[in-house]
Amino acid sequence: MRDEAPHARSLVLTVDGWQGHEAGQHVDVRLTAADGYQAQRSYSISSAPRASQLELLVDCVPDGEVSPYLTGEARAGDRFELRGPIGGYFVWTPKYGRPLLLIAGGSGIAPLASILAVRAVAARGLPTQVLYSARTPQDVLFKERLEDWRRDDPALAVSLTLTRSAPAGWTGYRRRIDAAMLREVALETSDKPIAFVCGPTTMVEAAADALVSVGYPAERIRTERFGPSGEST
Amino acid sequence: MGIDETSPVSRGFVGRRRSPAQAERVPPGQYVTSDFPVLSAGPTPHTPLEQWSFALQHGTERIAEWSWPQFQGLKQTRVTADIHCVTKWSKLDTHWEGVTIDTLLEAAGLAAAPTSYVMAYSDGGYTTNLPMADLLKGRALVATKFDDTPLAPAHGGPARLVVPHLYFWKSAKWVRGLSFITQDKPGFWESLGYHMRGDPWKEQRYAGD
Repeated sequence: MRDEAPHARSLVLTVDGWQGHEAGQHVDVRLTAADGYQAQRSYSISSAPRASQLELLVDCVPDGEVSPYLTGEARAGDRFELRGPIGGYFVWTPKYGRPLLLIAGGSGIAPLASILAVRAVAARGLPTQVLYSARTPQDVLFKERLEDWRRDDPALAVSLTLTRSAPAGWTGYRRRIDAAMLREVALETSDKPIAFVCGPTTMVEAAADALVSVGYPAERIRTERFGPSGEST
Repeated sequence: MGIDETSPVSRGFVGRRRSPAQAERVPPGQYVTSDFPVLSAGPTPHTPLEQWSFALQHGTERIAEWSWPQFQGLKQTRVTADIHCVTKWSKLDTHWEGVTIDTLLEAAGLAAAPTSYVMAYSDGGYTTNLPMADLLKGRALVATKFDDTPLAPAHGGPARLVVPHLYFWKSAKWVRGLSFITQDKPGFWESLGYHMRGDPWKEQRYAGD
């Protein structure tokens, strides 16, 4: 496992018989207590598809039941049950061919990181824009791999917006995603890009509405929402 | 994922036990939230009420159609129910108000449903299939109010299907009609690996459950 931020951790799992997944899919995790009590949650796969191994990004929900265990108590060698891969709509394969717009809020970067990992291997040069909204610089997850992918491929652009606090000299955006921001960074709609939006509910609602308002047709906007409806990033 | 005798114990996991009263109301694999999370595949449609209508359809025949004011004129029913989302959250004692499917059939002059299945269809292209038996006898309504206030667009407003005894993806948001079908066939999520019926008490989450 790897800490990605004070509140978020990547779990690297070895799964016998795992056949890989499609970028964007998630798994169900089931934990079992000593007395048989069980709890299940869904987590997005953040790694590129491959046999026998996958990575999950777990963001700690402070009053949660499962994420505090996975980000705190769990350690290498522990075992739990997985089911998946699940999901057939919020998925991307290089076959789609269209330019990509990837919009993330907080830990919503996880399934988009899987998409970017596939793209780096199988679709280098595909025009791609990432717009990532996080509260503070510390909340930007996968900073290094985003930077590596960007450096390796001029067709990939990454824009960040920090909604709560930004370091001195910060030149990126400092507000929640809105239509004006999308008009500046989103890809030309004439090229028929496909947009994937993942993050907390409020952020996804706002970003998807804004995409519609700047001319993206609804059928080319795929969304994945998580968390309570009142949360904001 | 039914209860599996061979589940390995997750070292150090305790979890949050529910009260016995609550446990009886929460299906396997679910947890209770007081919030109201949202699950949708795309952007939220915003259909103006002047353009909204609700229809009963059979093949190419439109059996009945109600405008928004006409729909509001139908007998309104209030329901309090627990709801269960396949993404694992359950919400207890939710309050809905709308028109039951029984009322719709009656208002359309139908003594009985013409087929055993329907495909519910929505703005934005969403569809979900349901057995007629799951919609009748007051078990389902087309809701236009949640907690006594007009249903918010993010939660499926102006109107959503509410079938509380099935996983909540069956409660199609932004619903615009029911299409009677002779043979059951998969809707949107059902064709992407989710269960055809989706009974939370049998944990019918995915195809094959």
